[in-house]
Amino acid sequence: MQDRLRLAINVALIAALALLPVYSALFDDVFAMTVMTRVLVHVLAAISLNLILGYGGMVSFGHAMFFGVGGYAVGIMAYHGVTSGFLQYPVAMLGSALLAVAVGALSLRTRAVYFIMITLAFGQMVYFVGVGLEEYGADDGMVLSAATKFGPLSTGNRVQLYYLTFALAMAALYLTWRIVNSRFGMVLQGAKANEPRMQALGFPTYRYKLAAFVIAGALCGLAGALEVDRAEFVSPAMMHWTRSGDFIIMVVLGGMGSLFGPLYGAVAFLVIEEVLSGFTDYWQMIFGPLLVLVVLYARGGIDSLLPGGARTHGGGHG
Amino acid sequence: MTTLLIENTLHGIQLGLLIFLLAAGLTLVFGIMDMVNLAHGSLYMLGAYLAFTFIELTGSFLLGGVLALVATLLIGMVLEFVVLRSLYARDHLDQVLATFGLILFFNRAVQAIWGAGGLSISLPSWLQARFEILPGVPYPVYRFGITVVALIVAAALWYLIARTRTGMLIRAGASNPRMVSALGVNIRLLFTTVFGIGAALAGLAGLMNAPISTVYSGMGEEVLIQAFVVIVIGGIGSIRGTFVAALGVGLIDTLGRVFLTDLLKLAMPATSASTIGPAIASMLIYLIMIVVLIWRPTGLFGRN
Repeated sequence: MQDRLRLAINVALIAALALLPVYSALFDDVFAMTVMTRVLVHVLAAISLNLILGYGGMVSFGHAMFFGVGGYAVGIMAYHGVTSGFLQYPVAMLGSALLAVAVGALSLRTRAVYFIMITLAFGQMVYFVGVGLEEYGADDGMVLSAATKFGPLSTGNRVQLYYLTFALAMAALYLTWRIVNSRFGMVLQGAKANEPRMQALGFPTYRYKLAAFVIAGALCGLAGALEVDRAEFVSPAMMHWTRSGDFIIMVVLGGMGSLFGPLYGAVAFLVIEEVLSGFTDYWQMIFGPLLVLVVLYARGGIDSLLPGGARTHGGGHG
Repeated sequence: MTTLLIENTLHGIQLGLLIFLLAAGLTLVFGIMDMVNLAHGSLYMLGAYLAFTFIELTGSFLLGGVLALVATLLIGMVLEFVVLRSLYARDHLDQVLATFGLILFFNRAVQAIWGAGGLSISLPSWLQARFEILPGVPYPVYRFGITVVALIVAAALWYLIARTRTGMLIRAGASNPRMVSALGVNIRLLFTTVFGIGAALAGLAGLMNAPISTVYSGMGEEVLIQAFVVIVIGGIGSIRGTFVAALGVGLIDTLGRVFLTDLLKLAMPATSASTIGPAIASMLIYLIMIVVLIWRPTGLFGRN
């Protein structure tokens, strides 16, 4: 019964997201769609982080680097006149995936708090690469020179951009579901719960974790590509370390290792931001302590508040 | 050229010592309480902001600095008592999140109190002078003073941990907190003390560095991430490793920024050298961290 109710809530949320542009058109509320496009981009990024953080127990504090690489791939290609999304988006994903191979291969040699710090340091390093790109605006970033085209479709059209983002976020959700319930996903979750045991069973956990890290990197690169098409702007701020922190908050807020958690978490995070910043410019002064309270008292995230939610949480360690 | 080299080597040592002051607190808190504290950089920032206010109030650079140091120590201990204490038993992710929340709070709070723009602390005239540190090499008195103070503090910290009863308890607490507690030591008080020491060190670093740079919201995180790099290179929990790594990172970062572009010009066209030189210079310490981690995943002096 509870599971059904839970399913109903999830389906209702997705249906609402699918129909949002219709509402926007009917009630002439473009703002809602603009906000929700931004939310969905972050949903995709949070889904990607959830795969390694929630299911794999890898506390990556540098996830925004992939967001930035994906974004810069689109920005730089558009700058040089390549506007086809069929080229841009695969390059964004491939670039992030390659970076993830390098970063993951090195970072996964370490564990626990070392992993947190080294991913943070890698993120910072990639950030400085962005700052050093004089040709592409360095510190200030650059305006996207042309919208991305998918054949006759274009991200310059707000509705088409919304549905592109929505479709890709849903595809990522489906992919996560498939991964989590596959043998690969089971090994990943097993390694989170008890890595020595998985190794004793003969699983090369390092390779499994690295593969998950690369998939997550590629998906986050895709989110970054969408973000640049949405904001029509790319800058190193996309991969500032606080952005990595925001992604972690979204995942934890929604409920780690829950399929729909990132969806709720990203929505909640951006809605809270929107509401609080409406009250005061100093909204972080409220949000910061709020985050401390969530960590101390509401650790299972939104997912555990829904009917049928598991009120337990898995410990995160690198 | 030699003058430039000597001057920047001294700058590098000074930066290294400042990072050490910050990293020492981090690595102590981590080694003993198993706690990742991102908000450590906020204490560095608060030290600088409080110094600004106290120097203005008292009109004295030294008195203002001392008051700011005491205030940072108190804030650190209150922070430990109110929030961080509840986090020791949590996993690292919880600690990262909660202290990230504290950073958001403090970064915005200082803007609300002191305004969004950067502040600068001016030195009294007796500290603005230069003296010949070596024949023909003039060096600012204040920068030399920072180096001396930081060295004294580092020595005092070593003495405290290696030679005193408190230090013995701290070391014992690091290896087995339960046993120490069972032997009748007030472990909570010990933790608060350690945290206070860390906070004071961070505050000291922040306020000493303030007159030679700018006081701004978010200044703590830049140096916090450098401190992380230092801790990872040195090995978490090792004060000795932290000291060696801090000096190394300080020197490499400073010298890299000054000389790397010129060095690259020897090997490539001047225009591309001046483009990628600064970028590589700012990545240099991270590259070194990567090399160290490939070679020794738990740092130079880390325990496995």
